[in-house]
Amino acid sequence: MILAAINAQTVVDAIGLGAVYALMAVGIGLVFGVLRLVNFAYGQLVMAGAYTLAFTAAWPAAASVAACFAVVLLLSLALERAVFRPLRTESPAVMLVTTFAIAFLLQSVALVLDVRDGTIGEPAGSFGGLNRAVSVFGVDVRKVTLVTIAVAVVALGLLALLLARTTVGLHMRAAAADFHTARLLGVKADRVIGTAVLISGLLAATVAVILTVQTPLVAPDFALKETIVVLVGVVVGGIDRLWTATLGGFSIGFVSGLINGALPTDKTVFLPSAVFALVILVLLLRPGGLFAPARAVERV
Amino acid sequence: MSEALLELDHVEVRYGPVPAVRDLSLSVAAGEIVGLIGPNGAGKSTTLHAVMSVVPLHGGTIRFAGESLADRTTEAVACGGIALVPEGRRIFGDFTVEENLRLGLAARQVGGVDKALAEVYELFPILADFRRRHAGALSGGQQQQLAIGRALVAAPRLLLLDEPSLGLAPNIVDAVFEALAAIRMRGLTVLLVEQRARRTVAFADRTYVLSNAELRTTLTPADADDTEKMLSAYLP
Repeated sequence: MILAAINAQTVVDAIGLGAVYALMAVGIGLVFGVLRLVNFAYGQLVMAGAYTLAFTAAWPAAASVAACFAVVLLLSLALERAVFRPLRTESPAVMLVTTFAIAFLLQSVALVLDVRDGTIGEPAGSFGGLNRAVSVFGVDVRKVTLVTIAVAVVALGLLALLLARTTVGLHMRAAAADFHTARLLGVKADRVIGTAVLISGLLAATVAVILTVQTPLVAPDFALKETIVVLVGVVVGGIDRLWTATLGGFSIGFVSGLINGALPTDKTVFLPSAVFALVILVLLLRPGGLFAPARAVERV
Repeated sequence: MSEALLELDHVEVRYGPVPAVRDLSLSVAAGEIVGLIGPNGAGKSTTLHAVMSVVPLHGGTIRFAGESLADRTTEAVACGGIALVPEGRRIFGDFTVEENLRLGLAARQVGGVDKALAEVYELFPILADFRRRHAGALSGGQQQQLAIGRALVAAPRLLLLDEPSLGLAPNIVDAVFEALAAIRMRGLTVLLVEQRARRTVAFADRTYVLSNAELRTTLTPADADDTEKMLSAYLP
């Protein structure tokens, strides 16, 4: 019965949600790769970008987007310099708790900035037109969904090229695989980490623009739920590798979209239960990650 | 002896309260091949890690080409002209052979990248044949050749080798020492850590023996066939 409720529109919307989550998963996975740091504050970078879009809603759209990217990138680099770099030799637990602290600090800052007329939430309506539907082969799809899928494909394609074809990409892959040996070979830790954080910030700003179009009312907990779901998706996919983490992010978004579309409107409250029950099942069956390859045997 | 390229002066390294290297002084002159042997836990690998700034010094100084390596990061030491072939090879198994070699270029401070790769392929022809293959698919001996080649493309002035024959079949060990002989012909300075004591003593210009974190004695190639001297160098 549930499967029968899945139609083409649901599938396209699910791909769109999977695309957003894949972008976030790459942003989280890149930083995890070089720092072994699960950046719980990633959602707050997206939130900062969304607030920038809200506060500059009266500006021309391009200027507003540029401001969003500038704020998120500066915030990302500031976090890298002030927190991640000094703590990078500490245990993963210390770094994780630190990112919790950063997340709540940024949320609190947003609360302070956002208090006006006793209400919370800023509308960011520069891109309202993207929420209109267009008909594609007889299926009504919101423009923002198509834009999201296109942006994700282009962004992930460019990142794949960067990682595969450039020296800095090779160094980033080496650092993610074995940072200790990479440094012994002369790979510069600060440059690799800075590049990963920068790209991660670019993706966070991109996600901020997309989510703000989809949900124009920006509040301090903006993108928090998405970040938690993506973090779960990244672990489910396999956090040790960027492509498995990305697939994990996409998959959890896609499955969430499908289940959301299939459930009757009055039953969507059960969506998180259904998704997380699946997550537990997957982790029980494949604790190393749904897409993680089998470990290679050492050659002698 | 010509001027020292690498000098360790009263070096102390500790892991917590446990001394790993105690009051170690040694030198390696330009163009020399120097061995460093000793039982497990003697402090051989720790000495190499101290040179590479992987572990901090608790005392003493390490100088390379007359300059102190204190406060340098590992990558700065590598870019300064010292390359380490680590124990266990530590090649990147998911990367191709060529990508592994290109990683070695990270520390290269001079041009001639294509020539450097060509020279490594000439030294280890099997790497040229397998350049597009995943490094994890190579045999242990081929991976060791790759690890040495990866260090050589950086054009180091000093090559540190940490037990390059570890875990390899005897005929593969012969190939590794042949490669080291070829490297010697190029005039590269080498500090070789090995478990194969007699072979190392015979091969190196001089060999330091470490025991219980301290320098015990120094052997020359003439001592390689002196079983009594070899044994007394190792045994307490």
